[in-house]
Amino acid sequence: MITLALAFATGCFTLGLLLNLYRLVRGPRAADRILALDTMVINVIALIVLYGIWIDSQTFFEVSMLIAMVGFVSTVAYCRFILRGNIIE
Amino acid sequence: MHSTFLFLIAALPFLGALIPGVTIRAGRTVCAAFALAPTLLALVLLGLLAPSVLAGEVITARIEWLPALGLDASLMLDGLGLLFAGMILGVGALIIIYARFYLSGDDPVGRFYTYLLLFQGAMLGIVLSDNILLMLIFWELTSLSSFLLIGYWTHLPEGRQGARMALTVTGLGGLALLAGGLLLGDIAGSYELSVILTRGEEIRSSALYLPALLLILLGAFTKSAQFPFHFWLPHAMAAPTPVSAYLHSATMVKAGVFLLARLWPVLSGTPEWFYIVATTGLVTMVVGAVIALFKNDLKALLAYSTVSHLGLLTFLLGLGTPFAAVVAVFHIINHLTFKAALFMVAGIVDHETGTRDISRLGGLARLMPVTALIALVAALSMAGLPPFNGFISKEMTLDAAAHAAWQGNGWIIPALTTVAAVFSVAYSLRLFVHVFLGPVREDYPRRPHDPVPGMWAGPALLALLVVLIGLMPSALVGDLVAIAGGAVVKGALPYYSLKLWHGVNPALVLSVIAVIGGVILLWQHGPLLRAWAAARRPEAKAIFDATVAACVAGADRVTRALHGGAISTYLAWFAAFALVLGVLAWAGGAHVPGSRPPLPIPPTVAAGFVLLIVATLGVISVHRTRFLALIMIGVIGLTVSAGFVYLSAPDLALTQISVETVTTLLLLLALNFLPRHTPAESSPAQRLRDAGIAVCAGIGVAALAYAFLTRDFSSISEYHLANSKTGGGGTNVVNVILVDFRGYDTYGEIIVLGIAGLTIYALLMSLLSGAAGRRLRNWRDTTPRSRDRHPMMMVVATRVMMPIAIMVGVYLFLRGHNQPGGGFVAGLVVAIAFLMQYMASGFLWAQERQRIEYHALIGTGVVIAGAAGVGSWLAGRPFLTSSYGYFTIPPIEEFELATAMIFDLGVFLTVLGAVMLMLYSLSRMARVAGETINIEPMDVDPSRRAADGEKEES
Repeated sequence: MITLALAFATGCFTLGLLLNLYRLVRGPRAADRILALDTMVINVIALIVLYGIWIDSQTFFEVSMLIAMVGFVSTVAYCRFILRGNIIE
Repeated sequence: MHSTFLFLIAALPFLGALIPGVTIRAGRTVCAAFALAPTLLALVLLGLLAPSVLAGEVITARIEWLPALGLDASLMLDGLGLLFAGMILGVGALIIIYARFYLSGDDPVGRFYTYLLLFQGAMLGIVLSDNILLMLIFWELTSLSSFLLIGYWTHLPEGRQGARMALTVTGLGGLALLAGGLLLGDIAGSYELSVILTRGEEIRSSALYLPALLLILLGAFTKSAQFPFHFWLPHAMAAPTPVSAYLHSATMVKAGVFLLARLWPVLSGTPEWFYIVATTGLVTMVVGAVIALFKNDLKALLAYSTVSHLGLLTFLLGLGTPFAAVVAVFHIINHLTFKAALFMVAGIVDHETGTRDISRLGGLARLMPVTALIALVAALSMAGLPPFNGFISKEMTLDAAAHAAWQGNGWIIPALTTVAAVFSVAYSLRLFVHVFLGPVREDYPRRPHDPVPGMWAGPALLALLVVLIGLMPSALVGDLVAIAGGAVVKGALPYYSLKLWHGVNPALVLSVIAVIGGVILLWQHGPLLRAWAAARRPEAKAIFDATVAACVAGADRVTRALHGGAISTYLAWFAAFALVLGVLAWAGGAHVPGSRPPLPIPPTVAAGFVLLIVATLGVISVHRTRFLALIMIGVIGLTVSAGFVYLSAPDLALTQISVETVTTLLLLLALNFLPRHTPAESSPAQRLRDAGIAVCAGIGVAALAYAFLTRDFSSISEYHLANSKTGGGGTNVVNVILVDFRGYDTYGEIIVLGIAGLTIYALLMSLLSGAAGRRLRNWRDTTPRSRDRHPMMMVVATRVMMPIAIMVGVYLFLRGHNQPGGGFVAGLVVAIAFLMQYMASGFLWAQERQRIEYHALIGTGVVIAGAAGVGSWLAGRPFLTSSYGYFTIPPIEEFELATAMIFDLGVFLTVLGAVMLMLYSLSRMARVAGETINIEPMDVDPSRRAADGEKEES
């Protein structure tokens, strides 16, 4: 059962990644692209967690936690760049 | 015991060089005394060794340094070394005393003594080295330290130019000598001089003999100012006179002669040696003597006279006969005594009268009797008149010359030697007659009188030696000449006798001719000088400057062609070249497809490939819009990190994602001040060509990677996996590799990282104070911007994140040795946590809460890492060997402590400091552009508004 669930979830997130990619390429605005990249980070975190469950390893949860912690910083910086130009003022 | 002494002698000047910078605070006299102490101590030690050396013993000392390269710190003291070491230390001591009185209180005297002792140490190193590579290192050191000494008066342009010229010429020769030394060592099979000196036959019959000889001679001739490289020596006279007296009469310029004498047993005796060395010496001797007569500057006269005498020594060694070699050794002593004395006299005259121009001097004998007496003795010795020591060596030189034939021609060598002797007599007498005799003048720049005894004591001692050696040569220096001469010829000494009167022989006849000719030349000096001034001569400095300018222009052209500033050009060259190499390699061997079956590709991984490919194409298509390209690159970084996770490299994933974030932040900071769009600068054809190269190179790399992936091969990984726990005490192999197996590598890398951080800081500092800063101050950003600079939501979120991020950083650091993590990642994570505060609340607010300077953080990190490495020396193990142990402190469970963790702490601090410093530097630009700063943590503070509201209500 869990195998099936994992496969399904993995498939969904993979699909999500590809859809994000479409949005990233199409745009049209920079904000759309930033959002797409940020969502991609979330999807990747999910995939790593799923993979961790699959092969039964703790390490992957920590990695996903770290990506979660630092992944949004780039997004914030991109946004600040659009809003204010300078990210540290 | 003896070898310890020898090491001490070599080390004392270098140790002493550290002291003057401190002691100068106690005044010039104390400083001079502390510079004198190591010199005298070394001289005493040398004196203790002298009896053994004079008895024929060769004292050696050796420490293995880099045995794999044949480079040992091995020293040797034989007769020749004793002679030179004695000269270097003895004259060094006199010069230190003399300089105390010569230099004024305005000069940086401490620095002078430091340079002088450095030079002394380097010079001693040359004459004491047994290993030829070691000797070459000291050789270069003399070039460098003499550069500092010649350019000591940095406010004088002549000093700086002369120093540069000397360094260029002698440095060039040093490089040639390095090549020659390597060839010589290669032929002899050893870099130890003591071995090389026994392989004379092999070396002379080797096919590499001529190239090695030419290179070595280039080194010796440039150092000893032989024609046509003689021009640097007169320009080096811009140095303070003590320097000229020390370097340019007694020591450095003799290094070339020393080298010729040292290698005499193996290199001499061939026609090549005779024709190159003897001819060069002969030409130099004549040219130097002729020019010296027409120089009005006292020091220039002495400089050209030195050139002439160095030519004489080279000529004697070049003759290749044992007799001439012994004469050369004897003349080295004599030249030292009278020339150093004369240089010091020139310094006294300059010091007391305020000029060194002979045409403005004269009649000083009445005003400065002591100085005049010293000058008289030394000048007569230089002229080669009896009963002074110069006479004896000149007689012996003429004797050697009278028996030499050039291309079967028996008269050309004696004739030229006599011509040089004629001019030598003339300029020596002129030095005394035109400066000290004649009527007392009224127009000296300063009122001259004899200087304090401290200043004339040194030259007086040397003048005394001139007389004593002249009167009793055998008793005073007979043993020294015999043992040093024996060390040069490496065999039975020829018959010679050191005495004043040899009876009437051809040499005496030539000598008489020389004296008569010299007096006539001096008598006719006025008309001759006018003729000389009217004649057209090549000006060495102009030629040198033109050559240097041409070289610089040529280098500029090459640089501009290869290094045009466009990275696309570099990459095109690099990729195309690698491609050509790869194609050649592939075409040269038989290719067999790999046998390893490929792994299945799950759909998610396939999606990852799609992500990578599309994002790459995306970056290429939008690369002129820089911000968009940066977002696209983010996808690539993310996918690569995910790939690392999937392929069981969580460490790399952690590092990748952290580096990715920090890089994005730094790029965004820079991007703010760059154009939004990259202009198209290349033609479509160029772009097409570049695209072709890029695609081919990409395919090549992919094919190479595929070829490797489809094969089984063994790597060092197995060793690391097997030894990580037992050797390094950690189960995280990546971390153990970083801090232990390849700890030295990591140490170098963190230093480079620290340097990069500091360089960015320094570059931006200097940029901002220049034209770029002015442009920045006038820069106005017209893009419409959001008004909310520090949104409350972000401030609160980052504050909450801070402790968590720090905790994660500490956690990653602590467990790094056994689980994914380590100092590098931890440093990046903590840096990101700090960066978030900077972004949320602004620069100043965060900076005010930052108590430790980032520069200090970098330095501390490197020091800690270094200390961790040095710590293993204390345990008697090589640098950076880690050790570990298990400890239990109740109630905590058993835990492991490894010295590698201290090292990792250093890595952590350096990474943190470097990242933060780069960010700090880049964000400085905004404030130069006129951005305001804030002290409050956020723009809209609800708590304050509430307080304000209450106030309004009440």
